[in-house]
Amino acid sequence: MTVTEEQIMDYLDEVKDPEIPVISVVDLGVIHDVKFPLEGGVLVEMTPTFAGCPAIDAMKADVIQVLGKHGIHEVEVKVLYNEPWTTNKISPKGRELLKDFGLSPPPAFDGMLTLDVLQNAICPKCGSNNTYMMSTFGPTACRAIHHCRNCRETFEQFKPL
Amino acid sequence: MNIEALKDLLYRLADDDLIIGHRNGEWTGIGPILEEDIAFSSMAQNAVGHAQAYYTLLHELLGEEHPDQIAFNRPAADFRSAQLVEMPIGDYAYSLVRHVLYDTAKPIRLDDLRNSSFRPLAELAKKLGREEKYHQLHAQTWLRQLGNATVESNARMQAALNEAYPQAFSLFEPTAMDEVIAAEGLQSREGALQAQWEEEIEQLIIGAGLKVPVVADKTAFHGGRNGRHSEHLPALLAEMTEVFAIDPAAAW
Repeated sequence: MTVTEEQIMDYLDEVKDPEIPVISVVDLGVIHDVKFPLEGGVLVEMTPTFAGCPAIDAMKADVIQVLGKHGIHEVEVKVLYNEPWTTNKISPKGRELLKDFGLSPPPAFDGMLTLDVLQNAICPKCGSNNTYMMSTFGPTACRAIHHCRNCRETFEQFKPL
Repeated sequence: MNIEALKDLLYRLADDDLIIGHRNGEWTGIGPILEEDIAFSSMAQNAVGHAQAYYTLLHELLGEEHPDQIAFNRPAADFRSAQLVEMPIGDYAYSLVRHVLYDTAKPIRLDDLRNSSFRPLAELAKKLGREEKYHQLHAQTWLRQLGNATVESNARMQAALNEAYPQAFSLFEPTAMDEVIAAEGLQSREGALQAQWEEEIEQLIIGAGLKVPVVADKTAFHGGRNGRHSEHLPALLAEMTEVFAIDPAAAW
């Protein structure tokens, strides 16, 4: 059986982030590469979002399980720490999914992540940018708590990283 | 490349993060307000994750033991962490001030490591540096707020600073490898990083309406980089490794 990288990516679209179950590992941008080693099988390279994110182990297990379901059993998943993930890697579709889920998508940024970028969030409920950061840390390492002065909702943001 | 110098550096980086991570995690469930409980828990999670990333480099690229073994199966004398991070959490003011001191030093070091001649470390420093921004923002916000709030909050922050500030110089204790590490381009010399830190931290302290404590002996808390620790580290390790020690070979 031959399987292409494209097919693998299609299958991996079924693997969701366990903490934000609307977005797949593909749209999250954590699949760094899919390789076909000479000795056979498939090597999936992943890069964790936050270095200490416990979801990576669950995602790793899910990758193996989902590919197994599609008849691909020789799978190795490698987590790379030296390939920095950034929220700029989240796909446009992924950003829409986050917004629908009620999470303000991280603003795209160039080069350095400045303190200004960190504090700039758009309210996912009303779309206003008249918001302020209430707490740098939220229910998971990747979320911060903001408040919207326009519609007075408190909301979570997927932090830019 | 001098492998011994590289290991010396990586163990220090990793052990600092593991131990401060454990200490900050002690606030889980007992933080003074919910947001701070969550903040300290999140910062702890990040720090332990950073330690794991360094241990993974040591394991996968330099042949050291598995990260779990390194973290949980070494005596205190093998730890290369600075004495600052092993100190008990004290009251919230002490933990907050220690966090300010630590998370002002760490970005300076990570910025320097972005240019490390050991490429995997340079790449990792870029990644961790971005996470570190959130720690920095948290630290500076609370330092300013509590330093400038009331007479009582100012006094408590000053008392905590007087205690923690001299300890923080332990972060820059040079090892015997200091010169080699710089010559190999792995990291700048500890003295240079300390000078940069002193400049930045003094501005932050003054900006928060606090006084920079006078430190008679900046080496008073040295020793950790050579495995010489206070009585607090063995106690911390005994607690941290309690479950692991029941069955060190168990699969999780």
